[in-house]
Amino acid sequence: MKNIFKIIYLIILLLTGAYQVNASEKTQLLKTDWSFKGLLGTFDRGSLQRGYQVYTEVCASCHSMKYVSYRNLVEEGGPEFSIEQAKAIAASFEVTDGPNDDGEMFVRPAKLSDKFVMPYENVKAAQAANGGAYPPDMSVLAKARSGGVDYIYSVLLGYEDPPSGITLDDGVYYNKYMYGNNIKMSQPLYDGSVEYSDGTEATEEQMAKDVATFLMWAAEPHLEARHKMGFRAIIYLIILTILVYFSMKKIWSRIESEV
Amino acid sequence: MSDHEYVPKSKFGKWFNDRLPLLTLGNHLADYPTPKNLNYWWTFGGILTFCLITQIVTGLTLAMHYIAHADLAFESVEHIMRDVNYGWLIRYIHSNGSSMFFLAVYIHIFRSLFYGSYKSPREIIWIIGIIIYLLMMAAAFMGYVLPWGQMSFWGATVITNLFSAIPFIGEGIVQWLWGGYSVDNPTLTRFFTLHYLIPFLILGLVVLHIWALHIPGNNNPVGIDIKKPSKDTVPFHPYIVIKDGFALLMFMIVFAFFVFYSPNILGHADNYIEANPMVTPAHIVPEWYLLPFYAILRSIPDKLMGVVAMLSAILILAALPWLDTSKIRSAVFRPLYKQFYWILVADVIILGYVGAMPAEGLYLLVARVATAYYFIHFLIILPVLGFKEKTVPLPLSITEPVLEGSLGLSTIKKEILN
Repeated sequence: MKNIFKIIYLIILLLTGAYQVNASEKTQLLKTDWSFKGLLGTFDRGSLQRGYQVYTEVCASCHSMKYVSYRNLVEEGGPEFSIEQAKAIAASFEVTDGPNDDGEMFVRPAKLSDKFVMPYENVKAAQAANGGAYPPDMSVLAKARSGGVDYIYSVLLGYEDPPSGITLDDGVYYNKYMYGNNIKMSQPLYDGSVEYSDGTEATEEQMAKDVATFLMWAAEPHLEARHKMGFRAIIYLIILTILVYFSMKKIWSRIESEV
Repeated sequence: MSDHEYVPKSKFGKWFNDRLPLLTLGNHLADYPTPKNLNYWWTFGGILTFCLITQIVTGLTLAMHYIAHADLAFESVEHIMRDVNYGWLIRYIHSNGSSMFFLAVYIHIFRSLFYGSYKSPREIIWIIGIIIYLLMMAAAFMGYVLPWGQMSFWGATVITNLFSAIPFIGEGIVQWLWGGYSVDNPTLTRFFTLHYLIPFLILGLVVLHIWALHIPGNNNPVGIDIKKPSKDTVPFHPYIVIKDGFALLMFMIVFAFFVFYSPNILGHADNYIEANPMVTPAHIVPEWYLLPFYAILRSIPDKLMGVVAMLSAILILAALPWLDTSKIRSAVFRPLYKQFYWILVADVIILGYVGAMPAEGLYLLVARVATAYYFIHFLIILPVLGFKEKTVPLPLSITEPVLEGSLGLSTIKKEILN
C-alpha cells in the first residue's frame, strides 16, 4: 500500500509540474469569486442573463459569437431564458436566407435554430472597420486565453493611463493585463453602460463579471452537466475502488504474501 | 506454459478447440504463472491496455462527427463539444486520455529501467515496446493537429519542417509530407488517415509485446529467474487480475479528475484559436509528453544534428539491453546504478521543464548540460558500471533469504518497497 501512495504522489507531482509549466507565463490577474468553480460549481443564472445583455448591447457590435445559437439561450445549464424571451431575442436580428423558389436570397427575422448573427460579413470587413485589428470571435474566447475568465475580467478592468515615457499610436490603448499592454479596443465598459432590468447596479466590476461569466458559459455550455456527472462518477469510482480493495485482500489472503 | 494439457469439458468446446485453440489460449492467459512479488509498478501494463482501448473507442466515436477539412475541422470540433450528445465527454476523455496514456507509458518505461526488465531474455519485448512508444508519439502528434487550432497548425509546421534538415532531399520530403507547399488541407487529411491507422498498428504490436512476454514470463522486483509454475508464482487469474483492476480504478480516479474538473489544463489555450497561417503564436510548444525531446532538439545549434540527437535519444533505448553490461537486473542489488537511475529521472524531468521554456540564456545552458548527461548515462555510465559496480548478493529465490551476506528477506522486502 505504501508503494501505491508513492505512485499517486509521483503522478500528482508530475501533473502539477506540467500545469505550472503551462501557467508560468501568467501575470498576476485580478480575481473574483466565480460561482462555476469548484466540484459542484454552477453558473449564476442572473449573472448569465445580465452577461448576455452586456454582450449584446456592448460587445456584439464588434465581436461575433458564431458557434452559439439562439436556442442555446434556453437550454439547461445556460442563461435559461424562457422560450418566448429567446424567440423575441432571435427575432430582433435579421438573417439572410435562401435561395427561395424564385432563386432569390431574402432577409427574415432570426429563429431559435440560427447561430448568433455576426456583426461583420467576414474577417476582412471586421478588420476594415476596426483599424486593421480583428475583434476575435467570442464563442470559445474564455478557453482561448491563458488565464481564462480571470484574464478576460482583468483586461476589461485593466484600462489605465500609460506610464510616463510610453507613447501610444493613434487608436491604441494601454491595458495593464493585455499581453504587451497595447490593445486596440477602447475601454468598453463604464459605470452605467447598460441598464440592468433586475435592479442590479451596473458598475464596471459587475458588468465585467457578468459578461465574463456569460463568455465562460458560451465556451463551455455543458460545464454544469460536466461537474454534476464528474461528482457522481468519482464517488462511484471511490466506492468501487474500496470494494475491489477488500476483494483483493480476501483473494490474496489465500496465499501468504503481501499485496 | 502450464504442465498439463488443457482439455475443454464440453463436447462442442473440444470440437471447436481442436480446430481453433481459442479456449487453450484463454486457459493459458488465466493460468499464466506470474511472480507473486510483483509490486504496483507492474500494474501499468494493464493500465496501458485500458488506455489504448479507451483511445480507440472514443476516437472511433469522434471520427463519426469530425470533419477532416481545413475549413471545417475547427467548427466540427465545436459541433462535437456543443451539439453531439455527450460529445464534450467523449472529446475530453480522448484529449486527456492521451496525456494519461503517456503518463502511464513513462511509468512503465521507468519501471523497466529500474528493475532491468529489458535484459536477457526480454530484449524483444523491450524493442517492441520502444516501437510502440514511437508510434504513440506519432499518433499523439498527429491527433493534436486534427482540431486545427493555432498550436495544431504551428506544431505541425515546426515538426514537419524538421525533415528539411536532411541534406539534398529534405525539401522534397517536406513537400511530400505536406502534399503541397505549406501545411494545408492535404496535410490535415493525411494526418487524419494516419492518426486513424496507427492505433491499430499499436494494438497489433501490443499483442506481440504480450506474446513475447509470455515466453520468458514476467520479470520481478528481485530480478532473479524463478521457476514456473512454483510457489513463487500465482496464476494470473484471479490474483493479478484483481490487483491490476484495483490499480486501474485508482488510475481512473485521477483520470476522471482531469476529464471532469480540469479538462483543458494539460492543453494549450492557443489551440482554441482557429488555425491562422498569417499569425504565428508567441511560443510554439508541443504537448507536455514530448517536451524532453523538444529540449534535446533545441539544445543543438545545428538543425540536422538537433534532429539526429532527438531521434538518437529515443533509438538509443532500443540498444539498452546491450549498453547495460551488468548481469544483475534489479536496481535493488545495484547500489550505484540505483543512484544513477534517479539522476536520469531528474535529468529527464529537467529536460521536460526547459523544453517548455524559451530556448535562451540559462534555459539553453541547462538544456545542453541535461542533453549531454542523457547520452552520457546511456553511452558511458551504463557500460562502465556493469564492470565496475560491486553488487549486493542475490537471494536464491524470491521467497527464500540469501545464503551469504546479511541481506535477509525482510530487508529485501523493505528495499523493494522503498
